[in-house]
Amino acid sequence: MATTLKKTNVVIIGLGAAGGVACLPLAQAGLEVIGLEAGSWLNTKDMAPDELKLSRGLWPPGPQKTKVEGVTSRPNASQTAVRGNHPMMNAVGGTSVHYMAQSWRLNPWDFKVRSETIRRYGASRIPKGSTIEDWPLAYEDLEPFYDHVEYEIGVSGKAGNIAGKKDDRGNIFEGSRKREFPMPALRTTGYMEKMIAAGKSLGWHPFVAPAAITSRAYEGRPGCAYHGYCIGAGCHINAKSSTAVTTIPKAMKAGKFSVVTEARVTTIEADNNGRVTGVNYLTDGQEYFQPADAVLLGSYVYENVRVLLLSKSKPYPNGLTNNHGQVGKHYFSHNQGGAVSALFPFNLNNWYGTPGQGIAIDNWADDNFDHSGLDFIGGGNLYVYTERRPIAAVNGVQGWVQGGANWGSKWKAFVKENADRYNTAYLQKTTLPYEDNYLDLDPAVKDPLGFPVIRITAEYKDNERKIGAFIAEKMKQWYMAAGAVQVNGNGNVGGAMGASTHAYGGTRMGNDPETSVVDKWGFSHETPNLGILGGSVMGTSGARNPTQTLQALAWRTADHLVKNWKSISS
Amino acid sequence: MTRREMLRQLGGAIGLAAGLPLAARAQARTQGLSGVADALVSFTAAEAKTLRAIISRIIPSDENGPGGLEARADRFIDRALAGALKNQKAAYSAGLAAVDGYSQSLKGRPFADLAPNDQDAILTDMQSNRATGFDGGSGPFFNLVRTHTIQGTFSDPFYGGNENFVGWDLIGYPGARVVVSANLQRMDVKPEPSRKSAYDYGMFTKGEF
Repeated sequence: MATTLKKTNVVIIGLGAAGGVACLPLAQAGLEVIGLEAGSWLNTKDMAPDELKLSRGLWPPGPQKTKVEGVTSRPNASQTAVRGNHPMMNAVGGTSVHYMAQSWRLNPWDFKVRSETIRRYGASRIPKGSTIEDWPLAYEDLEPFYDHVEYEIGVSGKAGNIAGKKDDRGNIFEGSRKREFPMPALRTTGYMEKMIAAGKSLGWHPFVAPAAITSRAYEGRPGCAYHGYCIGAGCHINAKSSTAVTTIPKAMKAGKFSVVTEARVTTIEADNNGRVTGVNYLTDGQEYFQPADAVLLGSYVYENVRVLLLSKSKPYPNGLTNNHGQVGKHYFSHNQGGAVSALFPFNLNNWYGTPGQGIAIDNWADDNFDHSGLDFIGGGNLYVYTERRPIAAVNGVQGWVQGGANWGSKWKAFVKENADRYNTAYLQKTTLPYEDNYLDLDPAVKDPLGFPVIRITAEYKDNERKIGAFIAEKMKQWYMAAGAVQVNGNGNVGGAMGASTHAYGGTRMGNDPETSVVDKWGFSHETPNLGILGGSVMGTSGARNPTQTLQALAWRTADHLVKNWKSISS
Repeated sequence: MTRREMLRQLGGAIGLAAGLPLAARAQARTQGLSGVADALVSFTAAEAKTLRAIISRIIPSDENGPGGLEARADRFIDRALAGALKNQKAAYSAGLAAVDGYSQSLKGRPFADLAPNDQDAILTDMQSNRATGFDGGSGPFFNLVRTHTIQGTFSDPFYGGNENFVGWDLIGYPGARVVVSANLQRMDVKPEPSRKSAYDYGMFTKGEF
């Protein structure tokens, strides 16, 4: 029997990258807000630079999520989905506590892929089976919210386009921004400078990429110490701008915002008029019902879709806000496969640093180059970065050993010489939604509470594969220009899209309820007092990390709720 | 297991290690395990002997410096099997017995008593899954030992391996730091090794073995 708690104005489900941002404008407006988070507060004392601890899965505490909500996946409907892990973490701050912290704005083209492709190349160039739509808003509509996020969480970078004025120390392909980043870009290393020179020698435009990491003291947090152990790890000095150390504490200070940890949300309740009335959650096996005037659903893509599909009621027999059958549709995960690695004839001294400390090239991303003579749309961001750990170095250099020996004296000699001489690029590429890629509830696999887990049915198509091969070739050129003796990887991105840290869609944003779940403000077409936050509302991926975009969207959705409080809440 | 529990257990094990010479037992009490090869928490002496022989061939001590045994990857594995890797304790006992069984059947002697070339031949058989007498095949057991030998050689010395930072020195990793200056990220600089474990900085809660 659930205990009914005192009603509040707004419940936010999930205090990760998205929910952890949305709480701030709500609290600043004076609304009473409760944030329900399945995880708990983490402690910097647990964030030791200890590779073994990190690789054993003891930290970050991800395995709990895998045990509870591990998704199943399959490439297409003719196969049976198998259970896998879950790449995200429950915690106050969510995965923003341990992400790579690359903090990008999407480029203007990403908001209007369909119309721009048709305009420039003709309708025949929209890949077969793709459900790609223009977003219901333009880059310019989101710009003020990108700006809020950059300043409130703290993003380091160098602008490449301020009010239309280009500066090639930054990204000249980015959309126009109204002002500079709040902090200068993270510092360059010897290796990064070598890659900048190599990129320029090809006539391309390398730049230090933006990162949600402090490059100097910022709002009471110190600048980054560049000590390594940043990938999949929390920051020991809070230089990584997770929501747990930025917007969440600001919201707690600003107003009536309270954080409830270890609250696992099971369903959202709706009344007979189709309005949501509150949220059911479990803490230590006890059931609670938190009533609210409005609900913002901000868990991860898989759990957003899962909670909606599990929340069945009289007005929503197929799951909350799913009377048009759109929940779970237009799913895709970022095309990051097709790794490209280089071996150099000299040490890179790449041991320290962070993946946020990197050099990017956008010449081959989005529609920044002419696709007339090509057979795909979109492209990829080329990116190289710092940080290397000892065990990972020994295992990583294995790909270069002639004959494949992996023990003994000859192998040892090779490892000794080359452990710091290789590098693997991070290649994020345009991914499109397709009609037969989707999420639903697995018919067989359940979590320990007896609820079905999410099933992914999705695979890459020709457009993704062609980008993979094209981008691999560009990356190879860049590495060779920097003096690599050998480059491995042909850009084969593979077939199945498994569970990913860059998942998109499932509650797409759009103008048409027949092809989307939420409107241009992030509020449900069907359920007036339900907003949805996170990558699940994004209709395109761009060629870069999604976090800052979904944070800007979350801010905008919260801002819309504040400005329309009376009409939405009653 | 916490470090304190481990030390308590080690103390008991050291006291009970009847096979140790008196001097070694005294040394063990004053210095902990680092000076004593035989104060084991998971393995029997025979198992440890076989494991040490395998480790010394996977990452040999040679003209390129000390190897996995000098890094005390054996001690790392022994401790881990009482902690984080305890689920693999049975696999080790069975696997190490199978190594000696295969060695006996092929060469008439236990693995540790063979010449290095013969040891390498047996490890090659194991790796290619040709060695007989292994539950679940010899390849998976070889891979298990190799994985843990690498972990024991290149992980933070807190876990009992990477003694004197020989693993990190081998590949040029300049060690755990909590602050890294710009100079330490230049390509023309070879950073001075920190010679520190993550837990030497006094900032972090210690983990489990």
